[in-house]
Amino acid sequence: MLYREAGDFKTSYKADSQTFPIAFDRWRYWAVLVIAFCVVPFFVNAYWANAILVPFLIYAIAAIGLNILTGYCGQVSLGTGGFMAVGAYACYKLMTSFPDVSIVIHIILAGGITAAVGAAFGLPSLRIKGFYLAVATLAAQFFLVWMFNKVSWFYNYSASGQINAPERFVAGIAVTGPNTAPWAQYMICLVFLTICALIARNLTRGTIGRSWMAIRDMDIAAEIIGVNPLKAKLTAFAVSSFFIGISGALFFAVYLGAVEVGEAFGIQKSFLVLFMIIIGGLGSLFGSFAGAAFLVLLPVALKVIGVDLLGWPTDLVAHLQLVIVGALIMFFLIKEPHGLAQLWRLAKEKLRLWPFPY
Amino acid sequence: MKMKTLAAMALAGSMTAGTAMADLVIPDLSYRTGPYAAGGTPFSDGYQDYFALLNARDGGIGGESVRVIECETAYNTERGVECYEATKGEGALIYQPLSTGITYQLIPKATADNIPLHTMGYGRTSAANGEVFNWVFNYPANYWDAASVAVNYLLDENGGSLDGKTIALVYHNSAYGKEPIRTLEELSALHGFTLTQLAVDHPGQEQKSQWLQIRRERPDYVLMWGWGVMNQVAVQEAANIGFPMENFIGNWWAGAEHDVTPAGMAANGYKSLNMNPVADYPVLAEIQTLVHEAGNAAGDGSNLGSVLYVRGMYAAMLAAEAIAKAQEIHGVADVTPAMVRDGMEALEITEARMAELGMESIGPEFAVTCQNHGGAGQGLVQQWNASSGIWEPLTGFISPDAAVIAPLVAEDSAAFAAESGITPGCL
Repeated sequence: MLYREAGDFKTSYKADSQTFPIAFDRWRYWAVLVIAFCVVPFFVNAYWANAILVPFLIYAIAAIGLNILTGYCGQVSLGTGGFMAVGAYACYKLMTSFPDVSIVIHIILAGGITAAVGAAFGLPSLRIKGFYLAVATLAAQFFLVWMFNKVSWFYNYSASGQINAPERFVAGIAVTGPNTAPWAQYMICLVFLTICALIARNLTRGTIGRSWMAIRDMDIAAEIIGVNPLKAKLTAFAVSSFFIGISGALFFAVYLGAVEVGEAFGIQKSFLVLFMIIIGGLGSLFGSFAGAAFLVLLPVALKVIGVDLLGWPTDLVAHLQLVIVGALIMFFLIKEPHGLAQLWRLAKEKLRLWPFPY
Repeated sequence: MKMKTLAAMALAGSMTAGTAMADLVIPDLSYRTGPYAAGGTPFSDGYQDYFALLNARDGGIGGESVRVIECETAYNTERGVECYEATKGEGALIYQPLSTGITYQLIPKATADNIPLHTMGYGRTSAANGEVFNWVFNYPANYWDAASVAVNYLLDENGGSLDGKTIALVYHNSAYGKEPIRTLEELSALHGFTLTQLAVDHPGQEQKSQWLQIRRERPDYVLMWGWGVMNQVAVQEAANIGFPMENFIGNWWAGAEHDVTPAGMAANGYKSLNMNPVADYPVLAEIQTLVHEAGNAAGDGSNLGSVLYVRGMYAAMLAAEAIAKAQEIHGVADVTPAMVRDGMEALEITEARMAELGMESIGPEFAVTCQNHGGAGQGLVQQWNASSGIWEPLTGFISPDAAVIAPLVAEDSAAFAAESGITPGCL
């Protein structure tokens, strides 16, 4: 019905290998971009920006990052929170040390610093895999959080150990600090997400992405056919950490404005992002978006339904949310290990064959 | 016809919305879940019950009924921001988040939105300087006061000298726990005691190594900046290593019934600071009859009269008094957040007023000014009697050492002003 492919001929290799080969998908993609860039900024208010859209955009970047490492390259990581902290603290140190440089450059540099840290912590992946690697990345998580708590240079020796984002501007418009307009917060995150998603999409379609997937599917076979595991694994760690670092920088500077490392970037954050890609779908960019949207929206939706509409006690709703998230993770692991992305893929297949799906 | 009904419904809707807006809206950013729920629940119960009492007994404040909006934060900053954004549009008059982490988030936001923030005994200490933090109040006392009060108490115990003594600080490894360090370092230089710092990571269940170190080093005193499950574990660990309980002093967030009861008799003699002595206030009886027996109790109603319940009620009382003051200054009953800020800045709590409210000597007397948003800074020391199960006040209100704290507040607030481009001044 929607996906009518009759008459949609490809006449060049370029057209044949484009990201969205189906015309309807392509239109939908452009429509989403137009709505996100040209419509939403005019309607977004402080509540929507702070409670839903900005966290969604930032977690989507983190989920893309982790998906590259875990979903595409098959290296399980529990260090996401720690790497986000590296991005946040790098951004803070850069913001306070070089106040005249644009915040955009600081965020990108924060991503670069995180990439270097991530690659360093990725070195053990050359010797160990699976659970053992997960434990090694867990060590990274705890070490990084401990370090940002312990070494006061990272928080400029402030009494409380908190880092606060000073006000910074892009083209004369505040994007960090308390006087930021909701649309400005939204736009800077959206621009970063769009660029990150484009980079990730193109990386995963090219040589480097194929070498990651070869390592994921069977590392010995990949090595025999000529994939260099050192290069593939370390680039996966670096690229993944770059995105996670950017998300950490945005999380601190644009979204919260003040963070404390143990509370904001603890082990729960690593699990949250991991749940996002598990529920969303491993090895799928769409899955990163779907998982981030799901886990950001679910608590808010439950709160609106439970507290505001039904008038239940707030603690009951908060506990219920834990139960529901837990149940959903088990459900997805059993019924649909490929996550929301696979559900979407199946729906699409059926729609393409409609009215005679099988 | 249909359009007409729709229009009528819309009109009726806007009118009910209009009357709803006329309420005095007080958000309660509570936490009844997570590792800090043990402290968050009684505080929130007391906070809400006091406003329920005002509604039931006096018809609200100055004839305007109070509407409390509860929002669960789980002590989590992201949820706290969500709660703030969700409630500020309802016309929130004052925020009391009961979390230092959330306070740090809200200081710039509330200042930009012109909504007063009251962080009673927590939050950013240097907010006591009202010329820099126009919208933030932390009366009647703050962490640096608490550190100084504890040291003054120990000075008193030791005949005025702590020279050569060692004091270990067991603290929650967060903004909350790190706050007193700077003051304690100053005080250790001043009074000649040695300060050992022992950080406990969130949520605080893992403290074996810290207490092993205490067992090895045998400090003379242990001070604790703990909250939530951390307190119970610390009291148990102290009992396990046989540390003398009377030399173990928690701050006022580490001294409630639920912190000591799990350790049973072993917790006997544990001391803590408090802002509000626990007593048989007449107001509690009124809450019992007018709120609880009417079926309007917040939570399950089991916390009435506990340490943190009383403190939550005290926080609500200070907010209600500030609103009443604002009504008096501006001559309108339906006040705005900006008016409430004026009321807070002109607030004066006297012994006579507290007695009139049925809570005689519940807190220190203090007056807020534009320069001083921090109040008197006094605290008292209480001790746990495990056999009778009550906290017994050991001292009256002890004053902090203003000569040490005032320069620190001035220094830290000046740094904040420079960092955020604020020119200090009164509104």
